[in-house]
Amino acid sequence: MWADTEPWRVAGSCQESDDTVTLTLEPYSSFAFQPGQFNMLYARGIGEVPISISGDPAERSRIQHTIRDVGAVTHALCGVEPGQAVGVRGPYGSCWPAGAAEEGDLVIVAGGIGLPPLRPAIYQALRNRDRYQRIVLLYGARTPADLLFPAELASWRSRSGLTVEVTVDSADAGWHGNVGVVPDLVAKASFDPARTTAFMVGPEIMMRFTVRALLETGVSPDRVYCSMERNMQCATALCGHCQFGPFFICRDGPVLSYGQLAPWINLREL
Amino acid sequence: MPRTAEPHPLDRLLRDHQFFAGLDPDYLTLLAGCAKNVVVPQGVFLFREGEPADKFFLIRDGRAALEVAAPGRGAIVVQSFAAGDVLGFSWLTGRQHRWQFDGRVIERIHALEMDGACLRGKCDQDPKLGYELMRRFAALASDTLQATRLQLLDVYGHVG
Repeated sequence: MWADTEPWRVAGSCQESDDTVTLTLEPYSSFAFQPGQFNMLYARGIGEVPISISGDPAERSRIQHTIRDVGAVTHALCGVEPGQAVGVRGPYGSCWPAGAAEEGDLVIVAGGIGLPPLRPAIYQALRNRDRYQRIVLLYGARTPADLLFPAELASWRSRSGLTVEVTVDSADAGWHGNVGVVPDLVAKASFDPARTTAFMVGPEIMMRFTVRALLETGVSPDRVYCSMERNMQCATALCGHCQFGPFFICRDGPVLSYGQLAPWINLREL
Repeated sequence: MPRTAEPHPLDRLLRDHQFFAGLDPDYLTLLAGCAKNVVVPQGVFLFREGEPADKFFLIRDGRAALEVAAPGRGAIVVQSFAAGDVLGFSWLTGRQHRWQFDGRVIERIHALEMDGACLRGKCDQDPKLGYELMRRFAALASDTLQATRLQLLDVYGHVG
C-alpha cells in the first residue's frame, strides 16, 4: 500500500456528468495546498492515481477532487460513497504562479476535465480580484452535457470582473452557446497580450493549438503556463514514469511554462 | 424574412467589421453597393441546405448557427457565429454556389447581408478586388478547416 497516512473520510460525492464525480474528503488534520497541485488517491486493493485538487484553497478541512472514470482506479474512486475512506498522500507538484499574473490580465483556459485543476486558481483570483486587470475564463467541452460545474459557471458569468466564454464541439439545436473549438475563443477574447498571463489545462492537442493562438496574439511564451499530464506513479521523481524531457512532471510540474515545454512538446517520442 | 434596419452608412459598418479590416476605402464603398443592413429575429432561417448560396452575413451582434437535420436526432449544430464572424462562403467557393447546411438565428442578429451575385460581378470586373476577397475568404475557409479537424479529433473523448 502506497498511502502513508491515515485514510481520509469521504464526506460527499457529487456526480458532475455521466463519467465525472467530485469527491469531498475530510483530512484527519488541516490540509494546505496551492492551486495547481495534486494528491495521490488510493482506492483500497486496486491502486493509486494522481488527481488534481479541485476545491477552494482557503478550505482546509474539506478537500475536493474531481475524478473522471477512465480506468480501474478512477472507476473505484468514482464509486466510493460518503462514510467510506480514501487513501491520500500529497500535496505534490508545482502550482499556478498567481503572483506572476498580478497587475495584468489573467486568461484561464480549460478543456474537458481540465477545468477542475484550474478551479482553485479561479477561487484564488476572485478572492484577490483587485490584484488583476481583466480575468477571462475560456472553457471547452465535448457537448453541453459534459460541461462541469454549470451552476458555478453561471455564477461566475454573472459576476462583474470575470468574463466566461464556453464552447462545445457539438450540440443539438437546444444549445444557444458557442459551438466550436477553444483556440477560436482565444481569438475573440478581450485581453491585453502584452500584459497577459495564461493558465491552461486540457488535452495536450488542445493545449498545443491554444498556445499557438495565444502566441499569435502576442502573449509571451514564458507567460503561458500549462499543466501537463503524464503517467505519474510515485509522485516523488523516483520511478521515472513521468519523465518529460529534462522534467519529472510529478516534481517539476505539473505546471510548467510554455517556454520550458516548447522544445519538447512537439516531440512525438515523448 | 429579414427586415431592413434603420439606414447607416454601410461603408462605415463594413469598415468596422473585422473581416474587412484594412481594406481600401474605395473598395469598401464599392462593397457597400452589395450590402444591406438587416436585423433578423431569433429562430428565422437565414438559408436552407440545398438552396442557391447567393449571399453571406457579416454578424455585428447576436448569434447564429450552421445546422444539419438528422433523422431521429433533430438538428445538430455544426458551428456557431457571433459578433465579428462571417457566416457563409459557399457564394464564392462552392462549385455550384449552394448552401451545404441550414443557417438559423439563435439570438436576434444585427448583420450586414452581402449580395453574393453582386459581389461576384464586381470581382469579375476588378480582379484585384477579387483577389483581395478570395484571400480573405480562403483564410476564413482555412480557419474553419483547422477547427473542424480539431473537432474531429474528439480530444475530450476517452483515450484508448
